[in-house]
Amino acid sequence: MSATTAPAQQGIYHKAGSLRSERRWALWTAYLSLIVSAIIMLAPPVYMLLTSLKTSAEVADQSGSPWWVSNPTLENYWALLGNRMFIDFFLNSAKVTIAVVALTMVISVLAAFALGRMRFWGSQALATGVFLTYLVPDTLLFIPLYQIVGGLGLLDNAWGLVLVYPTLTVPFCTWIMIGYFASIPKELDEAALIDGANWMQMLWKIFIPVALPGIIAATIFAFTVSWAAFVYPTAFITTPSEMPMTIGVVSQLIRGDTFAWGQLMAGALLAALPPVVIYAFLMDYYIAGLTAGATKG
Amino acid sequence: MADGGAATLPRMDAPGGASLKRFARRRSTIAFLMTLPLIAVIGGLVVWPAGYAIHLATLNRRMTSFIGLGNFEILLESETFRMVIFQSVFFAITAVILKAAIGFWLAHMLHHIPANGQRKWRGMLLVPWVIPPALSTLGWWWMFEPTYSSINWILNIFAIPSVPWLGEPWWARISVIIVNVWYGAPFFMIMYLAALKSVPEQLYEAAAIDGATSWQRLRYVTLPMMRNIISITVLFSLIVTFANYDIVRVLTNGGPRDLTHVFASYAFQVGILAGNIPRGAAVSLFMFPILAIIAFFVLRGVNRRNKEEA
Repeated sequence: MSATTAPAQQGIYHKAGSLRSERRWALWTAYLSLIVSAIIMLAPPVYMLLTSLKTSAEVADQSGSPWWVSNPTLENYWALLGNRMFIDFFLNSAKVTIAVVALTMVISVLAAFALGRMRFWGSQALATGVFLTYLVPDTLLFIPLYQIVGGLGLLDNAWGLVLVYPTLTVPFCTWIMIGYFASIPKELDEAALIDGANWMQMLWKIFIPVALPGIIAATIFAFTVSWAAFVYPTAFITTPSEMPMTIGVVSQLIRGDTFAWGQLMAGALLAALPPVVIYAFLMDYYIAGLTAGATKG
Repeated sequence: MADGGAATLPRMDAPGGASLKRFARRRSTIAFLMTLPLIAVIGGLVVWPAGYAIHLATLNRRMTSFIGLGNFEILLESETFRMVIFQSVFFAITAVILKAAIGFWLAHMLHHIPANGQRKWRGMLLVPWVIPPALSTLGWWWMFEPTYSSINWILNIFAIPSVPWLGEPWWARISVIIVNVWYGAPFFMIMYLAALKSVPEQLYEAAAIDGATSWQRLRYVTLPMMRNIISITVLFSLIVTFANYDIVRVLTNGGPRDLTHVFASYAFQVGILAGNIPRGAAVSLFMFPILAIIAFFVLRGVNRRNKEEA
């Protein structure tokens, strides 16, 4: 009897021990992978920051490590902030982005409310259509849109971008707003109807306040997408004074064969700052918007 | 009392029914008006341009006469364009597989560590996704720069010879993939992490009681539970990667010798820079059948997911 139980017991203990060591190993592997990947993920922006703090002489000097700054200076940033053209890039980006975000939110909140709550003929097909439109990439549309925008005389004009950016933002924002509105219990609108509210009051007084996290997430999405848009401005804008940040930094700060690397990196970082700041402060909303497309849809 | 209530009900119902009908009619009108801006955006800025692209692609260079499928024939006969097809497919498939694998791995690692530390790590690892890709690619471009390459500097420390990142075709292709994976893997990580969190803990407990190893837990619990979200993210990313423009434009601009062009960058070069709008439209239309097939599968996945949840 005892001869048969002893190995079994040993087996159990062995198993428990291996389980604990397995857990420990798993934890170590987890931390190791996270540290290594965090270094890789953060290396490019960190290196951009290091370069932006160097003078041109230090960038050209190859005797030391490129990953170190011996005389940090902000002169690249001051040079950019004193550069009228760079300020124009920023103002154009801000102008276009704010207009597009406002337009997008009005269009998509109204449409999502109608599609999600006020079922009507064809609303289901339209909701599917919205999702399909979201899958159409901008690189498929930019050539016909170039002709269309050109026909309207809006090429080389920042307002032309306000016209076309909704193709990037509206489908996704409508899609996630349908999801957020669908999660609001039906009892709420019944109660509102009994109290004699009309549809606009219902949307304004109930749906928008209750779905506020969704609206913030959608706004952040619209903002980051409009700020980062690259294909349309590259195709439509050739005059520097009408360029938004992304294409401005990429095309105008690179001149000839001798690159002012420090200034270029400073420009790229300044241009990337608004979305990064929003991300830093509203990370949870940002991530909610990111995952909502797949988990709610 | 009860009888009285029942008797008054039908009388209340008659006018109520009529106004309800009117109400419904009004409701659908209001709803239609509310969706009108959306319909205008979709119709005017997506459907109409897409149809217009097909029309454009059948014209000659000066857009004066109809030449049918002439542009497509010329493209398929050109060596450069066949290279573009190869490069686009190779780039999209390799990059998506790597992004999905790395994202899956990182999501798992993140899921393993204590919950209070997860936020911080997640915040750091998502940074590449937050920076506009055109701008972060500038940073990579600088890191790949032949004379000053800081990556080569690190490789040299480990006695690995310098790599001609953007100078040699295959290395240029690999560079484009590296940057795309760096940019896209965090997105997969976030999606998979959200999916991992939604797998009920009891399933793992049941598996542990049945004596499942960690591999079996992954294979028979986690993967089946995540199958749908994995397929949706992979298909979605396939579309976005396939249509990518910014990274190729900034990093190689199609070079060396037009060997790293993808559909989007080649369409741009032919259509906008060289001014041959119809042929550019034809290049970008080559993406359409592939995207349509992927979109079909995405939609099927989404529908299936909705049914599961319902």
